[in-house]
Amino acid sequence: MTMNRRDFIKLGALAPAAAGLAGFPMIGRAAAKRVVVVGGGVGGATAARYLRIFDPSIEVTLIEPNANYFTCFMSNEVLSGDRTLDSLKFGYQGLVKRGVKVVQKSATAIDAAAKKVTVDGGQTFEFDRCIVSPGIELKYDGIKGYSEALANDKIPAAWKAGPQTTLLRKQLESMKDGGKVIIAAPADPFRCPPGPYERASLIAQYLKVKKPKSKILILDAKDKFAKQDLFMAAWKELYGDMIEWVPFSKEGKVAKVDAGSMTVFAGELESAHKGDVINLIPPQSAGKIAQMAGLTDEKGWCPVDLATFESSKQKGIHVVGDACIASPMPKSGYSANSQAKVCAAAVVAALSGGKAAVPAFTNTCYSIVGPNWAISVAGIYKLEGGKLEAVKGSGGLSPANASPEMRKREVMYAHSWFNNITQDIFG
Amino acid sequence: MKHAFLGTAIVAAWAMTLGGPALAAPPDAVTMMANTCVGCHGTNGSSTGPATPTIAGMSTDTFIEAMKGYKDGSRPATVMDRIAKGYTDDEVKQMATYFSKLPFVRAQQKTDPALVKAGAALHKDHCEKCHVDNGRKDEDGSNILAGQWLPYLNYAMTDFTKGGREMEKKMKAQVEKVQAKDPKGLEALMHFYASQK
Repeated sequence: MTMNRRDFIKLGALAPAAAGLAGFPMIGRAAAKRVVVVGGGVGGATAARYLRIFDPSIEVTLIEPNANYFTCFMSNEVLSGDRTLDSLKFGYQGLVKRGVKVVQKSATAIDAAAKKVTVDGGQTFEFDRCIVSPGIELKYDGIKGYSEALANDKIPAAWKAGPQTTLLRKQLESMKDGGKVIIAAPADPFRCPPGPYERASLIAQYLKVKKPKSKILILDAKDKFAKQDLFMAAWKELYGDMIEWVPFSKEGKVAKVDAGSMTVFAGELESAHKGDVINLIPPQSAGKIAQMAGLTDEKGWCPVDLATFESSKQKGIHVVGDACIASPMPKSGYSANSQAKVCAAAVVAALSGGKAAVPAFTNTCYSIVGPNWAISVAGIYKLEGGKLEAVKGSGGLSPANASPEMRKREVMYAHSWFNNITQDIFG
Repeated sequence: MKHAFLGTAIVAAWAMTLGGPALAAPPDAVTMMANTCVGCHGTNGSSTGPATPTIAGMSTDTFIEAMKGYKDGSRPATVMDRIAKGYTDDEVKQMATYFSKLPFVRAQQKTDPALVKAGAALHKDHCEKCHVDNGRKDEDGSNILAGQWLPYLNYAMTDFTKGGREMEKKMKAQVEKVQAKDPKGLEALMHFYASQK
């Protein structure tokens, strides 16, 4: 027998006097609103935590296969040797303390009609609303000859922090002075638009001290990139001609890799570039579970209603973070955190029959380019007619002529950003 | 007796599950706005450092004045000038009220005991009339200094003394006196305020 809310209220009124003590808690459970969050990265963990902050009566289950999450942001500091991979590691104890049920399994199916999520081993979790924060899938086959096995073993992507980050750091450490590091940057859209260039900067920071005769070659699948002028000015000043950037229009797009000869082939002419260390960041799409659940469009990303982040494809399922289409917000950690709160508020409103407040969206993103030198971009967005728009006259980049004192402060603020946002996500 | 207690507990649990007074309303617009600040300034406005300041507990006057200064460019900034321009005066006022009601949570930070001691004496002689209760109270736009992150306190003082941030007359006079008395005086004061638990 299923019981609706009204039946339960009737029964509840009698409960203290009449209901059997053993039976009562079960009825209570059946009536609680249930949200299942799939994916324990920035978007998913923030959504789970803020659902419980906004409405502690909601039963929140977080499904995440890994015991810990390693943030992608700040992982370039592992490559420069400024921090350990462990300093990027966050567990789910904070969420458990908030009353989130954490299930350490992989979601294998999301059924919008039956309102249930299936995990590895077949167990199912029913929901009133589901929030999916699947992150990205790396499409290794976007580069001929590349594969996940190769990325794990010899030519890391290191675009999700973890063993490949460690591998790339080790390769840099064992490279000879005078060696060449090749970084392949993907076309838009992809996770963390300034990331490949921060990576080049922090690898250069390391090489300048330890292996100053070395070179870094960025082969790019596009003609411009995030914070470009700020990066290039910093490179020139800090690293001379150590970093070379080859845009799409100058044969920059990597088409093929040969692991045996450590060669990549770029551009229409497939010009060969030999590297001592090769880091290929392949094209991306929304995480696999989003594709399996029918949440993605033909380009592989998830269209959503930006007021609620409810999928345009599947009712009752919301998508936040890198996987969703929320342009002009970039695919950044701060965006995911910001979107997850808007989504959590909308879900609380939907479940309680209330009205969601006007949503607010912000992005702040720091890139560290060298010792005492960081740059940032900020954006405040408002929802206008279903579209996100940056508030006119606000946001934008660090000024080109910022003083050394301000560049140095931005490093301290970047590290503060990391501490505060991870606390806000994981508790 | 035992049964009566259990009954009460069940009613409480039942009320929480069902709603009634315990049902949380969806967050309002100012909460949503304030929640976009906390990725940098810390959950509930208390920063975990090392430099971004805690904004919880700040008086509404201080908050509004700061945002005004960032907006019109009169206050030096790294990123807040770009962010402040994204909000109307009314939105700033709402956020000011929101954060003014939250407690300033002080985190542990390293300070130099000798500087703290010297700073304590300087505070008594030059600052405590406005920065009352060792900088704990934000009266007349004095901001809360006690337990603020040390790098941030130093940035603010650098902006006052070298960065073109305007000081009130009485503060300027006292700062000059401190500088004349002890070349490390301002640094000592910052250590003193940062050391407050």
